[in-house]
Amino acid sequence: MQIEYFQLIDRIVALNIGEKTITVEAQVPEKSTIFEGHFPGYPIMPGVLLTEAMAQSSGWLLLALLKFERMPFLAMIKEAKMRGFVSPGQLLTIDAKIEHEGSGFAVTSARVRVGTELKCSADLTFRHVPFPHPDLRVHMDAMARKIGFPQQAISHE
Amino acid sequence: MSSTYDQIATIIAETCDIPRDTITPESHAIDDLGIDSLDFLDIAFAIDKAFGIKLPLEKWTQEVNDGKATTEQYFVLKNLATRIDELVAAKGA
Repeated sequence: MQIEYFQLIDRIVALNIGEKTITVEAQVPEKSTIFEGHFPGYPIMPGVLLTEAMAQSSGWLLLALLKFERMPFLAMIKEAKMRGFVSPGQLLTIDAKIEHEGSGFAVTSARVRVGTELKCSADLTFRHVPFPHPDLRVHMDAMARKIGFPQQAISHE
Repeated sequence: MSSTYDQIATIIAETCDIPRDTITPESHAIDDLGIDSLDFLDIAFAIDKAFGIKLPLEKWTQEVNDGKATTEQYFVLKNLATRIDELVAAKGA
């Protein structure tokens, strides 16, 4: 996880196209300037970043379902619940699944766990559009390789 | 069983917090009810689920942008209800 670069996902652990689910992992760093302010003497992962991590996880699932032909953008957050604190150094396991695939949009549900403890959950809505810039597509391809996106999962669809 | 129009009017009222009695079959979702594209995603989600269909929002938007259709054809509620009935019928065919 590189919080300052908004790279909140480290690796894809499981991607199931048929079930329309994904599981990813993310290691919260021990140190970050963010923890200096959030909060002095009691560093915890900001809820907005946990929500972003759920959005990025959902986004990779959608990219897979859309065969990297369209880019999902977060449009709506519902029922975001921060159920417990996440501390520096903890390993997050993030699960996301598709709740609905509409025309040009999709709805997912996602949750973050540390071990077996549920830390947060949310329902997320995304718009998806053809990649608005070729550089973004290049970046997403590079990120896919970095986080171990299983290309074979979509190559035979 | 309530009509398609009644169902979508209820969905719109609940989703967008619009008083139900201000919504009529002649209401234009955008021009009269002030529903923006984000709220319409929520409405589309609810309609898709309620009727077991997939509103072709992208196709409709493209047709409007290309001048092949008017927004009234899709977003005046009585017309939207007709479009939904057509989609439901097509699904069952």
